[in-house]
Amino acid sequence: MGVGSFFTSKLDEAIGWARKYSIFQYPFVTACCGMEYMATACSHYDVDRFGAGLPRFSPRQADVLFVVGTISHKMAPVLKRIYDQMTEPKWVVAFGVCTCTGGFYDNYATVQGIDTIIPVDVYIPGCPPRPESVLDGLMKLQDKIATQVQRY
Amino acid sequence: MATTEPRPTTTREFMLGEGGGTGGGSQPMHLGVGPQHPAMHGIIRITTELDGEMITKSDVEIGYLHRAFEKDCEVGGWNNAIPYTDRLNYVSPLINNFGYANAVEKLLGIEVTERCTYIRTIMSEISRVCDHLTCVGASAMELGAFTVFLYMIKAREFLWELVEAVTGARLTISYGRVGGVKADLPDGFAAQAKKAFAETRLVLAEVHRLLTGNRIFMDRMVGVGRLSREETIAYAITGPLLRAAGVGYDVRRAQPHWAYDRVEWEVPTQKDGDNYARYLVRMAEMEQSMRIAEQALDAIPAGPVNVDHEGRPIDPAMYVDQGKQGKTEGLLLVPITLSPNLEGQGRAAQRRVNVHDKRVVLPPKENAYGSIEGLMNHFMLIMEGYGIRPPQGEAYFATEGANGELGFYVVSDGSDRPYRVRCRPPCLPPLAALHRMIEGEMIADLIPTFGSVNMIGGELDR
Amino acid sequence: MDGAAILDELRARFGSAVLETHDHRGDHTAVVGRRALRDVLTFCRDSGALAFDVLMDLTAVDYSKFPGREDGPRFEVVYHLYSIAHNHRVRVKVRVDEDDALVPTANSLWPIANWFEREVWDMFGIRFDGHPDLRRLLMYEEFVGHPLRKDYPITRRQPLIGPAH
Repeated sequence: MGVGSFFTSKLDEAIGWARKYSIFQYPFVTACCGMEYMATACSHYDVDRFGAGLPRFSPRQADVLFVVGTISHKMAPVLKRIYDQMTEPKWVVAFGVCTCTGGFYDNYATVQGIDTIIPVDVYIPGCPPRPESVLDGLMKLQDKIATQVQRY
Repeated sequence: MATTEPRPTTTREFMLGEGGGTGGGSQPMHLGVGPQHPAMHGIIRITTELDGEMITKSDVEIGYLHRAFEKDCEVGGWNNAIPYTDRLNYVSPLINNFGYANAVEKLLGIEVTERCTYIRTIMSEISRVCDHLTCVGASAMELGAFTVFLYMIKAREFLWELVEAVTGARLTISYGRVGGVKADLPDGFAAQAKKAFAETRLVLAEVHRLLTGNRIFMDRMVGVGRLSREETIAYAITGPLLRAAGVGYDVRRAQPHWAYDRVEWEVPTQKDGDNYARYLVRMAEMEQSMRIAEQALDAIPAGPVNVDHEGRPIDPAMYVDQGKQGKTEGLLLVPITLSPNLEGQGRAAQRRVNVHDKRVVLPPKENAYGSIEGLMNHFMLIMEGYGIRPPQGEAYFATEGANGELGFYVVSDGSDRPYRVRCRPPCLPPLAALHRMIEGEMIADLIPTFGSVNMIGGELDR
Repeated sequence: MDGAAILDELRARFGSAVLETHDHRGDHTAVVGRRALRDVLTFCRDSGALAFDVLMDLTAVDYSKFPGREDGPRFEVVYHLYSIAHNHRVRVKVRVDEDDALVPTANSLWPIANWFEREVWDMFGIRFDGHPDLRRLLMYEEFVGHPLRKDYPITRRQPLIGPAH
């Protein structure tokens, strides 16, 4: 390992550590899962413990897109546009089984998983997921952020 | 010398000059709000035409959460629609469950047991409190009162713990069944519920101190989003919005069902029909709901306890064990009326909750394991082509959802699948009238008005 | 006024235009001819004894797969009326054929009919004569067909972006 790559990997670690504790999320809340999102964000479960307590409602200021709830075909172009408006680096969390696979809405109106439209980093299944599994998903995302190759 | 008192200027005139914002030859500006907007908890698109800051014209577009509820219901059996009804109004799913189940029961021509009507009443009212807590909390947050939101969600957690104890889930509970409910109330539920209500009352008192009479809150709410009594009726708006406009119509009072005519409660009304009146109605309704639930918890009838053919209480675990060994002598053909419960066979014998009708209600687990009749009964209800088969016909049943009259119109062709299930969504009429509430008001007033109609996507778009 | 009296009142007023009445499970229903529909609804709203001031619900049913009714008129448009003053209800239905799926609008009687009728158009493809703005309500403009018709397969997807599966 040369001196240069040593510094890069250390710098990567430092940036990863900083990034994983300063998640500014964009809650793209559409449906039932929003209720559990509220519960996770509030006092009982307190998502702030993970440095993700401050939602940003402009996609340009957000790092993580939380897609919370069923995405219908009518809504899909809107989701795509929001994702495109976010600046790199960006991550996507599919919150709830409707966003993962379409769930039990196998019908003409519902998108069968948002990964057919945008890339997804962490899937949190459940209909809706309990706050505990949301926090678990968030920690998985933090691990992913910390260990990936950082772009800056 | 008498001086003429200058006419007091309004805030608008002070900020914009005289006549400002009232259409002094300026060009209209078009502003789209939504479908994904931070200050609106729901996906809906409002296209507005602005003159200054005033909305002169608007168009509301919905359908962004259309999930084909009515089509999905036609695919499975009658009970398979229950999970879909959870997700109509996902803030108060229990009311949807029971409303749908009761519509099918009406079609079948059966009545649920007395104990079950009380359980439905209690759980519906808990659900209603959750709904109003979320609505008031979220709309206060959108006006900047984040503390209120945190408090309200805290109170909702207390109630969700109750819901979880009964149904096994927090939000999408699928607890209703055609002919009854999934399981009886757990032991010690009354005490647990009363404790949660006491906590909720503390939160409501705190919120009253924070909001009711708060200068900023009142400035944003009083006189804003007003809809006249006549127009409210013409737009078929029911629920808190109608009661805030001075009409005391409540399905629970007008067409009493379940246990609503056996408890004492009031229908809170206001007369102004503005956002503040809606807030006051919702706050008062939460208190009434807890009052109903408490009385129902005290008055819930015990019903018959299950006994064997000699009058001894049956231990379900022993019964199942004996049944598996074929030792059913003396127990055969005894109507076992244990209801399926979350604790399975490990729980003591309990009262019958669901209606005693083998065409409709799944037999208790103990029965399905313990006797060939129970097994056959279970088989017939589950197999495709059998199951619940209401006679040909149609029925409409209405109950009071958190947002107004929640109606289910079901049509049966005599088969085991619904031919048509129609949900009359309580929050569609207020959205249809939303343009009447926001036109002529400031653009910023759109937010509290939208909050006060409590739009719930699942039920609006279905 | 109880349901039977409401139906009597309608029969007395409109005679043969009321094609059929029944009270299955306590829901009193009048099936009326399409030509008389507007008059019947107007009468229901304006008559002092009936005073149906709320159009509680407006929907439709596709009877094309209903046993014994495959050959009859395909659609039924269903009106649920409620009176706040008298606390009574009635259901009014009108039958229309598929190739002539046109019903007079109730928009001028109850403004809420505007959205309900748009939904019925969207889901069933029944048009409403005189409706000021008959657009789809729930689906998007690009969507082809009417999903609640019995011949629309539940999984026929028409995505705006992304794969159709």
